[in-house]
Amino acid sequence: MKASSNITIPNITEQLTPRSSTQFRTGFDVEKIREDFPILKQRVHGKPLVYLDNAATTQKPRVVIEAIQKYYTEENANVHRGVHFLSEKATQAYEGARSRIRRFINASKDKEIIFVRGATEGINLVVNSYGRKYIQPGDEIIISAMEHHSNIVPWQMLCEEKGAKLRIIPMNDAGELLIDEYEELLNERTKFVSVVQVSNSLGTVNPVRQIIQMAHNYGIPVLIDGAQAVQHMPVDVRDLDCDFYVFSGHKIFGPTGIGILYGKERLLEVMPPYQGGGDMILSVTFEKTIYNTLPAKFEAGTPHIEGGIGLGVAVDYVSKIGLDAIAAYEQELLKYATEALSEIEGLRIIGTAKEKASVLSFVLEGVHPHDMGTILDTEGIAIRTGHHCTQPVMQRFGIPATARASLAFYNTKEDIDALVRGIYKVKEIFGS
Amino acid sequence: MDELRELYQQVILDHNKNPRNFRKIEGANRKVEGYNPLCGDHYFIYMQLEDDVIKDLSFEGEGCAISKASASLMSSVLKGKTKAEAEMLFQRFHEVVTGRLDPTDHLEELGKLAVFAGVSEFPVRVKCATLAWHTMHAALNGRCETVSTE
Repeated sequence: MKASSNITIPNITEQLTPRSSTQFRTGFDVEKIREDFPILKQRVHGKPLVYLDNAATTQKPRVVIEAIQKYYTEENANVHRGVHFLSEKATQAYEGARSRIRRFINASKDKEIIFVRGATEGINLVVNSYGRKYIQPGDEIIISAMEHHSNIVPWQMLCEEKGAKLRIIPMNDAGELLIDEYEELLNERTKFVSVVQVSNSLGTVNPVRQIIQMAHNYGIPVLIDGAQAVQHMPVDVRDLDCDFYVFSGHKIFGPTGIGILYGKERLLEVMPPYQGGGDMILSVTFEKTIYNTLPAKFEAGTPHIEGGIGLGVAVDYVSKIGLDAIAAYEQELLKYATEALSEIEGLRIIGTAKEKASVLSFVLEGVHPHDMGTILDTEGIAIRTGHHCTQPVMQRFGIPATARASLAFYNTKEDIDALVRGIYKVKEIFGS
Repeated sequence: MDELRELYQQVILDHNKNPRNFRKIEGANRKVEGYNPLCGDHYFIYMQLEDDVIKDLSFEGEGCAISKASASLMSSVLKGKTKAEAEMLFQRFHEVVTGRLDPTDHLEELGKLAVFAGVSEFPVRVKCATLAWHTMHAALNGRCETVSTE
């Protein structure tokens, strides 16, 4: 249990609006949830940890940590190979996780769930397998102005190799995609659309269902980068009707080094393997190799077994709390934080879309985000500063970097209050 | 808090707000780019080097207070210095920001550069303090490729 009174900074308290009386409408027991995350009890530089860097990576609940420990204590063996007891147990746990994840995003079949290292590898898989097979010189690929570098660079590399062209959906000053302009970009040369669902640097929630539908009117397949979406809102890949969907485990309270590529079966079936090796074959001779069926075709080599298991537990944990409840609580928190930050003189929020997830990027007049990050760190507050792997977004807004506070459902009003006090301390030091 | 005050001393804040020699040198015989892509600090160092003497030194660009103040103070201190003197201060500055040298023992030699001693308490910020210096060092030695301290 944290109390805002633990953090006192002399001389500036009178500048703060008392906010602790604000009550949330949602009856979300955040203190009980915080008990599930051992790391949140930590003190940093003598202050209670205020972790506001959830878009970079999330903390892990005890059930995930324990599942990984259990795997190595009781189940460790290689999967899909042995006939022995442990191998069977490990395989069951790993494939069981695949089913849990399939249910989580409501895919229809387990074999449409491919374990990859993260969203980045998921995109690279699609680019290298689908893209290299089907993209021709003169073709066009559409991405948006707010993509993470991981959804820009692989497509750029493909375009360079194939002589194809990358087209960009522009956005307005609030950080919202211009759907009319997207409509204009779609044509018979368009062969792929790859768009982020929630922007990691702006927080914008894009109308991906509409984006997908518009592409499908031209018969164009669509990949949705859900790295910043699955932890904030319910995602149903069949309802969206996306052709591919990627996300990273570590951003949804699971381990690092594991992520998911969902693909429609009929597309995954016609795609060539991404990497060769063990597990992805049915038979090998020096003359010819017969590839394995889905999902093994795309999972060469011994996989990240405990990562998959941990991610399976993580998505179940999130589902148990309920993404509707999470979204409602986070929206209240976002509103509270947006209002609190907006009252600070000289502070400008970057990304003011109507539909936003709990990500707050901002700049403070006369203070570089890195200096802000260092000062906030001495108060135990963890935020991200920099370009957030979205340099084109920074260029669009004419700024080199932002400070970013990204919230998860274990964050509290007190965390926001601490951030506001921290920013006043920054202002005090910089005399701004 | 004391460490923070030590890092963000008035001299540093002043040079951040009003950087000295913050300009281009038209026709400078040395120009090198310094860029830390991860954090985005980005500067160009201009140097007019004649007979192994730094006749003029300036910079342009953008970055955090530590990197900008470091570039500003460096340009003030090194103007008029010989190549050998600049090399020596480059070494000394490094030793100060990495905590290997107690600046109080070398106050006369270091002058205002001593204010950067506070950086040693913040290891992740050493790269900010040294970017301009490494870029200057490349210029001094006739190298022209972009410099990074990440």
